Amino acid sequence: MKRRTFVLRTVLAVGALGVGWSVLPPRSRLGDGDDIPEVSGESALNGWVKIGTDGHVTVIMSKSEMGQGIHTALAMLLADELDADWAQVRIEMSPIDKIYNNIVTIVDGLPFHPDDDGLIRRTTAWLTAKTMREVGVMITGGSSSVKDLWLPMRQAGASARAMLVAAAAESWKVPASEITVSAGVITHPSGRRASFGELIASAAKQPLMGTAPLKDPSQFKIIGRPTRRLESAAKQTGKATFGIDVSLPGMLHASVVMCPTLGGTVQSFDGSAAQAMPGVRHVLSVVGYNGGTAGVVAIADTPYHAMKAVRAIPVVWAHGAMAGVSSADILTRLSRTLDSATGHAYYKHGDVTSALAGAATRVSAEYHVPYLAHAAMEPVNCTVQFKDGHATVWASTQVPGLARRAAAKALDIDEHDVDVRVQFIGGGFGRRLDVDFIGQAAAIAKVANGAPVQTIWSREEDMQHDFYRPACVSRNAAGLDASGKLVAWSATSAGQAVLPGALDRYFGLPGVPLDKTTSEGAYDQPYEYPAARVAHEIVPLPVPVGLWRSVGHSHQAFFTECFMDEVAAAAHQDPIAFRLALLTNHPRHAAVLRRAAERAGWGTPPPATTDGLRRGRGVALHESFGSIVAMIADVTVDASSVIRATRVVTAIDCGFPVNPNTIRQQVEGGVIFALSAAFHGEITIENGRVKQSNYHDYPMLRMQDTPVIDVEIMPSIEHPEGVGEPPVPPVAPAIANAIFAATGQRLRSLPLRLS
Amino acid sequence: MLTLQINGRAMQIAAEPDTPLLWVLRGELQLTGTKFGCGMAVCGACTVHLDGAPIRACVTPISAVGTGAVTTIEGLAGPEADALQAAWTDVDVVQCGYCQPGQLMSACALLRGNRAPNDHDIDVAMSGNLCRCGTYPRVRAAIHAASVAVPRQ
Repeated sequence: MKRRTFVLRTVLAVGALGVGWSVLPPRSRLGDGDDIPEVSGESALNGWVKIGTDGHVTVIMSKSEMGQGIHTALAMLLADELDADWAQVRIEMSPIDKIYNNIVTIVDGLPFHPDDDGLIRRTTAWLTAKTMREVGVMITGGSSSVKDLWLPMRQAGASARAMLVAAAAESWKVPASEITVSAGVITHPSGRRASFGELIASAAKQPLMGTAPLKDPSQFKIIGRPTRRLESAAKQTGKATFGIDVSLPGMLHASVVMCPTLGGTVQSFDGSAAQAMPGVRHVLSVVGYNGGTAGVVAIADTPYHAMKAVRAIPVVWAHGAMAGVSSADILTRLSRTLDSATGHAYYKHGDVTSALAGAATRVSAEYHVPYLAHAAMEPVNCTVQFKDGHATVWASTQVPGLARRAAAKALDIDEHDVDVRVQFIGGGFGRRLDVDFIGQAAAIAKVANGAPVQTIWSREEDMQHDFYRPACVSRNAAGLDASGKLVAWSATSAGQAVLPGALDRYFGLPGVPLDKTTSEGAYDQPYEYPAARVAHEIVPLPVPVGLWRSVGHSHQAFFTECFMDEVAAAAHQDPIAFRLALLTNHPRHAAVLRRAAERAGWGTPPPATTDGLRRGRGVALHESFGSIVAMIADVTVDASSVIRATRVVTAIDCGFPVNPNTIRQQVEGGVIFALSAAFHGEITIENGRVKQSNYHDYPMLRMQDTPVIDVEIMPSIEHPEGVGEPPVPPVAPAIANAIFAATGQRLRSLPLRLS
Repeated sequence: MLTLQINGRAMQIAAEPDTPLLWVLRGELQLTGTKFGCGMAVCGACTVHLDGAPIRACVTPISAVGTGAVTTIEGLAGPEADALQAAWTDVDVVQCGYCQPGQLMSACALLRGNRAPNDHDIDVAMSGNLCRCGTYPRVRAAIHAASVAVPRQ
């Protein structure tokens, strides 16, 4: 064969294989369960469930529980298809395996408009899904867990059920089609019956059922019923183990002080005084891992000895790229950027320039939002034991595979020599998508001669060494015709991008040029603009930024929905009627908005005041993570300009509501989380240092500030969508619009403060 | 060595007298239900009872505890505690759950001193307990439910 012929044939063969691979569906995520540890009497029927001879059903859990109720929701999916007895269901965390890779959150991260159903989008999504099945990562985030596992969990339950039925049919010598299953018991009309526990040994010998029929939603017994979360008793009695509660024989305790300037390094330190303090075993410095900041460490017998010792280490810091950086300068710079920059357009429709020029009325506004910290209640911590070349990591993490990679890299060992044990997370909100503290804790444990070491950050270190929600500025302009109809919509924002930094921290990838999270919440909304351009200009800055509950939506909803309110006012129209006129082809969005308006009594003004308070009511509508949320907020403003939210009425369409109880919890909690940001949230940076340090100067909403929160879940049989994040974005604009209704003042910066 | 009364038992403590009670509970005694949140008594995650009154263990040195009876979430018992934990389950209060031991300790101290707290009483008693997940409406509902359920003596 001539060389050229060989090359051509090889290219054709590889090309054909590639085409063939690309048209095959993604490989099954069922798994065979061979890697699932089994205690005596247990058998795994696939990668998602094992059953004991005593009848207990253990759901193998690939997602981290951080308060969102995901353990319960996912167990419901599997248990319903299995026809298990809910009282016998337990949870066990999964190993790290490709079948648990999160596919949906990556596919949903592609920069397409939600209404785009074109060939390019569908092909890209298909290929991305296939690729993520093979080379993706396990992620709990992006409000994606139920959406990602709606089918895999159910298929695993149905498959396991089919194996139990096949075992019964074989044993009883009856057709499988005559057998019924209910609440963990298998029966035949002849009177034969057996529990799951009695059949599990023979079921485990049945061939793996790759496909088994799924229930019609009308047959669901567990899915869709308000269900209490499985782990609440453990959390109410102090028995639940969060990462910080891991306690091991011979465990040492580490405390860290990092360079106060983000990204700074240790020039020199003197560990002698700390080393001489009681209980102290080791004093060392660590570099910054996975985007983190360098610091000094004391390892001691008790946490308090370590905390006292680390404060006794004099350090000379090298302040690095952040020296001199201030958040006030950044906001000014972002605003000035928009004098000339036009940004990358994530959405374009019609000719917005001429539409604006020809408009009878033009409206424009500029909005600002600050950096925000995650401030989860459980401070950043991680426990690592490094012994005989093997590491075990106990951590509250949203990304076990990335945690394993970070620990392996810090210890310079193979990933397969690292075990990760995911614990309950005392609040994630995106902070635990980063792995800086995992690499750091691994490096600390390396010096401890095989002893496990628990590294706990003080609240101050946690708040001052976060990956912050980026500050952002947006300039919006709109045009109305003489009848008050919207004819043009333009929005251009400027700020840092989150994803390039995150990908660099996870994988060492060089910066990606596009990041849809910069413009999400602005470019992807349902409004039917006659002409529009929505763009974002990425401004690279040295401030470490990360994924904060609802990411770009957290601020773009504020820009979009406040400006929508301003434009409606300029058109002398009711803000809800104005929005509805832009939603004629989006009936789900219109229905959610109407429902919230009805529940809130939108047409009826707030009760007249006799207490000297000014009252106002505001609205916001927002789609994020596949779900639609409408919110009507009532506020009062007192004589000294103190603003209070008194009631927030919410309607959410999240597709099929899997567990209405935890959906309600997430909406209530999301409203409160977002009210903290709307009224208080502001991280300021001076000379490269974060000024805020603890909950006294980075305050949260408290019991007495909490409004009445009313939640309606729209009935739906559509595919389930996100829940954890969608309630957050509409809160700040609904409140700001209510403040306008009460006072006539437009507040265009967060946090909301009346001058 | 100091001796502390923890959950009804006398415990010999090796830690120095300036050590905050929180770190003795979590470290030496492995009672990890009491949580570290802020270290400066502003979040309430470390709330325990000292002779029945809620205190912040993160700023209370063991030297200040003396012979007082310390109760942690692990030792919480009695009709008010039972009613509260049952109401917590019934209302399904918890989300991430990290602050909940502290919430329950504060709520129990409230109910023991006030059999029928109104919303203002609950605001006052619970204002020191932060919850980042936002369980406040359900905490309030569960306290009301428990106040009705506590058996009258």
